[in-house]
Order: sequence, then C-alpha cells, then structure tokens
Amino acid sequence: MADFHLAQVNVGRILAPLDHPRLADFVAQLPEINALAEGSPGFVWRMVDDGGADSTGLRPDDHDDLLLINCSVWESVQALRDFAYRSGHLGALGRRREWFERPTEPHQALWWVPVGHRPTTAEAMERLTHLREHGDSPTAFTFRDPHPAPTAPTARAFTSD
Amino acid sequence: MTSEDDVFEAVGVLGDPVRRRLYQHVAGAPGPVGREGAAAAVGVSRSLAAFHLDKLVEAGLLAVDFQRLSGRSGPGAGRPAKLYQRAPGERAVSLPPRAYAAAAELLADVVERAGLDRELQAAARTAAAVEGEALGEDVDPVAALRSRGYEPYWDEELPGEGAPGGRVLRLHNCPFHALADRFPALVCGMNLALIEGLLPGCAGGADWTAVMDPPAEGCCVALKSKTNSP
Repeated sequence: MADFHLAQVNVGRILAPLDHPRLADFVAQLPEINALAEGSPGFVWRMVDDGGADSTGLRPDDHDDLLLINCSVWESVQALRDFAYRSGHLGALGRRREWFERPTEPHQALWWVPVGHRPTTAEAMERLTHLREHGDSPTAFTFRDPHPAPTAPTARAFTSD
Repeated sequence: MTSEDDVFEAVGVLGDPVRRRLYQHVAGAPGPVGREGAAAAVGVSRSLAAFHLDKLVEAGLLAVDFQRLSGRSGPGAGRPAKLYQRAPGERAVSLPPRAYAAAAELLADVVERAGLDRELQAAARTAAAVEGEALGEDVDPVAALRSRGYEPYWDEELPGEGAPGGRVLRLHNCPFHALADRFPALVCGMNLALIEGLLPGCAGGADWTAVMDPPAEGCCVALKSKTNSP
C-alpha cells in the first residue's frame, strides 16, 4: 500500500460566463468527463462545489468571477497522465482555447499528499503559487519533470501544512 | 540515443525487399505476429520468413515476444510461439543531416505559449483538405491514412459506444509521436484537424467521422463510417 497519492490542481480563466453560449459545449461535456475521470484506473478523489456535481461553482480568486479550478487526487503520476492524455479527456483538451484564455503563467501544479488527504482550494492555490514563484520543486511540480513520491523519513517536511 | 552508424545499419537491413515487406507487415499489425502469419502475408515460405524476421530482430527493428498460444503453461503446455512486433524507439535518417524535429519542438513550444491551438487546427484542416482534393478518386480514408503512415486497423467497438457489433478504425501509429508526447493537447488537436480535413477528399469520406478516443498505444484518433465498416 502506497503512503502517498498525487494531488493535482489546474486553473483556467473562461472566456465568458458559464451560461454564455460560447461555453455551452464545455458545460455539456462536464458530466461525461467527470464520470470518465471517476471510472479511470488510479482515480482517488476530485474536488466539488456545494452542488456536488463538479467544481465549476468554486472561485479560487475572490476578485475573479471567471477563474475556474480543478483539483483531484490520483494514485500515481501515470494514472493522472493516462486520464489527461490517453482518454476521451484529450478531446476536451484539444478544444481548450475555445473556452479558456491563454494562460500567461503556470496554471497546473502537482504534489504528493498522504493517502486520505483531501486538498482544500486554499492549499491547492498555495501549491500553484509556489510553482509560479519558485519553479519546479518537490513542493509543486509539473508533468514535465515529475518528482517521485516522498519516502517516509522526509515525508513530514512536505505535508506539515 | 542510437548512434548514427547504428541507424544506418538498421536501415540497411531493410534493403532486401522481402525483409522490408515483412517489417512493414509486422510493424503495421496492431499486435504481435507469428512466423506463419507474416510468411502468409508476404507470400514467402515459413522458413524464409523466419530467417528474415530474425535478421530484423538482430538489427533491433523488431522485438520478440514468446507466447503460448494455447494459454496453458508449465510442462506439457508445448513450446511457446515466437511472435514479433515492432521494437520501441524511433530511427530517422536524413542525408544531408536535417533537424526538423528540433525545429518542430521549438515551434510547438511557441505556438503553445501563444495559445494558438485554434489557428493551428484551422491551418491543419485547410492543408489536409488541399491534400484530400489531390487524392485519386478511388482512395478511401483507410488507404489515405495508410499512405500517411497511420497504420490503420479495424477494431471491435466497445459495448455502449454505438451500434452493437460496430467496428471502429484505429490507427496503430502516431506520426507525431514524440511531439504529441510533449505537447499532447496542441499536437493531438492538430492531428485530429488534419484527419478531419483529409476525409472529405477521400472516396466515401463524407460518411466518415473522426473522434478523439485514445487507446493505450498508437494514434489518439478513431474513425467510424456509416456505410463502409466491414
């Protein structure tokens, strides 16, 4: 049994409010994509808003009504990679610029959490901020250079927050 | 990394036409191929096929996979069959040396950072449509994709995906593999647009649809035909 799972956060600024026709295809695909994630090997958990279906009701920045957040936990980097890039999710990714603004700074971060831990929005945004300010590190990294799961003796340092 | 001399040696092994056809058959098959199957596909004897297949393994172009086709194991299960499949890795030769892959990676990085996915897809669709119009009248989507290196094969559709017993055309090879691995959203989106753009120019292409449906290996695009699925 692994001691750590992989957490993931990504944020994206939608080009129009969710009820705008421009976002219709994106909104229509959400239930299917979320079901696909939940059915994928290695899926552990995904963040949802009070509605419970998805996280589109969450706004990680109080001053930005168009900034959406996605946060989930997976058994491994490979499990997340397989879902993101080797499933029907890839089709949605290919259309990302129809719905989301071009990001001007890193918009996705990965980090390891103890099994059972569920990140909060604040925690996820802290990891993303860390990546933006300090670049790749075990605290927050990307698919480009995945860091291995911590081994037991050093685990505390990464999980004290 | 494979050194340049190794690449030349490997490519030189393909100089023999029978050997080349055996390589093409095995490389294009969605799963491992036995000696009998490869020999029959190319129209040579089993022993000649075995000789050439083993030369291809020596050159590092094919890999061997031993399987007991009966599914049994242990004593009495019989000798495992020697099966062949394409070896991992890529080999490219360019005379004189060219570095298109390095240029492609730089360009893709800039296009990704600039958020030009939609512009790239539109350009891909247009370029492929021009190619499609130049296709011969009898070139169907399967032939068009085969000639572009996609290595198409028919696969059973999973239950619940459409008509029961329907078939889906999958593509064993991703022509943009290394680039797609590094920029999946950008490059796979471009690839889907390329295939969509090509279809209308193919014989019967109007009845075909292409969707993103990645299998574990190979190209992420799968195609269906309303009229032409065998």
